[in-house]
Amino acid sequence: MAEMDTSGGGHKKGPGVKKGKKLSTRIDLTPMVDLGFLLITFFMYTTTLAKPKTMEINMPYKDPNDKVEPNKIKESVALTVLLSKNHRVYYYEGMASDPTKPPDLKATTFAAKNGIRDEIIAKKKMVDDLKRAGTLTAKDEMTVLIKPDTTSSYGDMVNMLDEMNINDIKVYAIIDITDVDQNFIKETEVANGVK
Amino acid sequence: MTAMCDVAFLLLTFFMLATKFKPPEPVVVSTPKSISDITVPHGDIILLLTVDAKGRIYVAMDDRPTRQSVIEMVNSDKDLQLTKGEMNTFVADASEGIPFSALKAYLDATPDQQKMDEVNAAGIPADTAVLAPNNELAEWIKAARTTNSKIRICIKADGAASYPSVQKIIKTLEGYKIFKFNLITDLKGIPAGTAAYDDAHKADAKK
Repeated sequence: MAEMDTSGGGHKKGPGVKKGKKLSTRIDLTPMVDLGFLLITFFMYTTTLAKPKTMEINMPYKDPNDKVEPNKIKESVALTVLLSKNHRVYYYEGMASDPTKPPDLKATTFAAKNGIRDEIIAKKKMVDDLKRAGTLTAKDEMTVLIKPDTTSSYGDMVNMLDEMNINDIKVYAIIDITDVDQNFIKETEVANGVK
Repeated sequence: MTAMCDVAFLLLTFFMLATKFKPPEPVVVSTPKSISDITVPHGDIILLLTVDAKGRIYVAMDDRPTRQSVIEMVNSDKDLQLTKGEMNTFVADASEGIPFSALKAYLDATPDQQKMDEVNAAGIPADTAVLAPNNELAEWIKAARTTNSKIRICIKADGAASYPSVQKIIKTLEGYKIFKFNLITDLKGIPAGTAAYDDAHKADAKK
């Protein structure tokens, strides 16, 4: 492209005829290509071609004027997860709706092994088994109630929502933590000697 | 050499035409990771609520006419007495983290001063109750929603931000009966042996 055929017509000149000095018309393209790639790199870095990935969440519909909240979830399908400080996670089966029977609070983490994920998978299997046994109807879905404590971080909440996607939990909700739950955490912390 | 040169410049042209510069971000936010790979639908106007690690809230809209209308509405609603020039400064600016009380002074300042102000900003005051008098975030959301009822609300919060700071936003949105919104997250791989992993691989196998 940037060079021209300078080899002449191809007819032979006699031995006495001096050859005209051939000037090369080749242009060194390297700097231009360098510059080209530099600019490409610049535009690739600054471009926002990759749109940010998002997570869509639907909060449960709540009418502020509607005081009565129908509690349709069965105790046996529910798993309550409390998010606490330092990425600690507490969970218990059911929803602790019966004040006379305090739930058995267990502590865990977001670790891939023996963390909250394994508990969710185990609970899901249990609900599926109950469905097969006929104790629960096909309509009953495993439900996870996520209650982030005021000391928890936003990252924990997203982690927990992500676990819902990872484990294909269809019904889950983010709920405000109650004093009762906060007390459970406190008691467990005291029992385990966590400050 | 020629061919490579051609390709390089073709790519260069493509990137030059396709590029849209990232709007300057007031604060550095490292979003938490998730496996969700939904992208914000193309062409949607976004109301971006940024929350940094300290819990300060910044509001940004990526559409100039929307910003123009929002600032006019906020100005008349809250009686901020902004001049036309100050409003234009707002429209040209990418994001806002200044409370109403300091907004006029901020918009009057020089660009360098504004940058400093933005970094030291207190963030938009918010509250869990929509109608709380100090819930200025609610005012911004209301103005944005009135301008464009289809505006998509995205929350871009730092993973280290405390939950209550994000909860304020969620509660305010709920107060306006907005129950569907997006959380901006980084992409991470799906862990093997989980339901989502099996799902993704089933879809791959079908292809």
